[in-house]
Amino acid sequence: MMAFEAGYSPRSIEGLGRQRTVIGIVDYGAGNLWSVVRALRYLGAEVCLIRSADDLQQKVDGLVLPGVGAFGWAVRQLQQRGLWNGLQNWLNAQRPFLGICLGMQLLMETSEESPGVRGLDVVRGVVRKFRARKVPQIGWNRVSFIQTITPYSAGSVEYFYFVHGYYVECMEFDVVAGVTEYGGVRYASALRKGRMLAVQFHPEKSGWAGLTLLRGWLEEAGNVQALSNKIAAVR
Amino acid sequence: MLTVRIIPCLDLHEGKVVKGTHFRNLKVIGDPVQLARHYEAQGADELILLDISATIEGRKTMRVVLERIASEVFIPITAGGGIASLEDMQAVLLAGADKITMCTAALNQPALIEEGAKRFGSQCIVISIDAKRHADTWYAYTHSGKRCSGKPVLEWARECEQLGAGELLINSIDRDGTAQGYDTELIRAVAEVVSIPVIASSGGAHPEHALAAVRAGADAVLLASALHTGKYTVADFKWYLAEAGIPVRPVSSDRKMRT
Repeated sequence: MMAFEAGYSPRSIEGLGRQRTVIGIVDYGAGNLWSVVRALRYLGAEVCLIRSADDLQQKVDGLVLPGVGAFGWAVRQLQQRGLWNGLQNWLNAQRPFLGICLGMQLLMETSEESPGVRGLDVVRGVVRKFRARKVPQIGWNRVSFIQTITPYSAGSVEYFYFVHGYYVECMEFDVVAGVTEYGGVRYASALRKGRMLAVQFHPEKSGWAGLTLLRGWLEEAGNVQALSNKIAAVR
Repeated sequence: MLTVRIIPCLDLHEGKVVKGTHFRNLKVIGDPVQLARHYEAQGADELILLDISATIEGRKTMRVVLERIASEVFIPITAGGGIASLEDMQAVLLAGADKITMCTAALNQPALIEEGAKRFGSQCIVISIDAKRHADTWYAYTHSGKRCSGKPVLEWARECEQLGAGELLINSIDRDGTAQGYDTELIRAVAEVVSIPVIASSGGAHPEHALAAVRAGADAVLLASALHTGKYTVADFKWYLAEAGIPVRPVSSDRKMRT
């Protein structure tokens, strides 16, 4: 419990036998990867890029799937680079995961953006196109949290930066952690399923609100790993 | 509900933020990194960085500044000034910008908008339109407002959207530096013909100017002198808009992180 009280975690994790949390960022040619790298480094994490199935064998505490671009294109890229199965295994093993923007949409079954293409299919639901006057949605919008997604997100309402033309229609209601309204629809803007966290907005571009969310996720990823190391050592 | 964005604009010259009208009476305002941090703390929703020297040296300096800002200020950053090729776009995006903005190059080579949108995504491409009124219509200008392109603004705005621009930054040459408020007729006219976000620029000096621009259809307002002089803070603008019932991102939600 002290770990969360003591501020950011490199120090607290050290006590559990680790120096820094190592985060792998899946690089499949999507655009906004460097801003995620910058934000995680700012928070003290060690960041490495995951470009192939081999890279997934590295010791990584948490995995980030960022993304800007089309659903079908991203699925193809991940498959061609041999990352698809590794991602599914990671998610099935309930290891710490953060999906951002398209990285959240890819967790669903299908998308109206690319009919006939199957997503990672770890959450029941589909991706739909906004039918608002202005599409994509660009700007800061409100997220009402109905589940606590990190130790720091216990607040009920926060503002985050969004850029997207498609949204997630989630059929697993207990997975929905945050809800946002745009163009006449209320949609899931944050999902939480076990250690999998996914957000439609860009925490890496959402000022302190975003950094706070990332920090909570980082601490969790670091502590999960540190704890399992400790258990392994005791055994 | 989507909030209206307040965007401070930092004009860069030789590594410093400056203010002046069309290169005349340039006055140094301060260090760009410090100002970026300062405005973010005040609740700025985004930042725009413009290299007004538009020289090779100036662009290099801007990339260094961008890298420094992007590694400690985590809100969207748009960068521009002298961008005229896909390589120029990539360079500023890699340095830490989230979006690029072009004016003259886009008018000279509209295909650049399409290529940029295809390669980096529409959300990266902000087209800046320098508009000047001629009788009852507006024309788009190039070269910092010195040359008329002969293209009517409304036609050009629609064309930008069709080519894949993600947002439009609407400057009024008539209002620039006058502190008389945004050209709301121009903003309204543009916002009516496109369905991408419109950022109002030029002439905004008081919170009531921002409100007028938003009521005319602006999704965001750009501010420079009003903030640089210290006369107002970003929060003053947000407070005024919120009082008028316009949704804004509250400033206080930015400061919850324990350090």
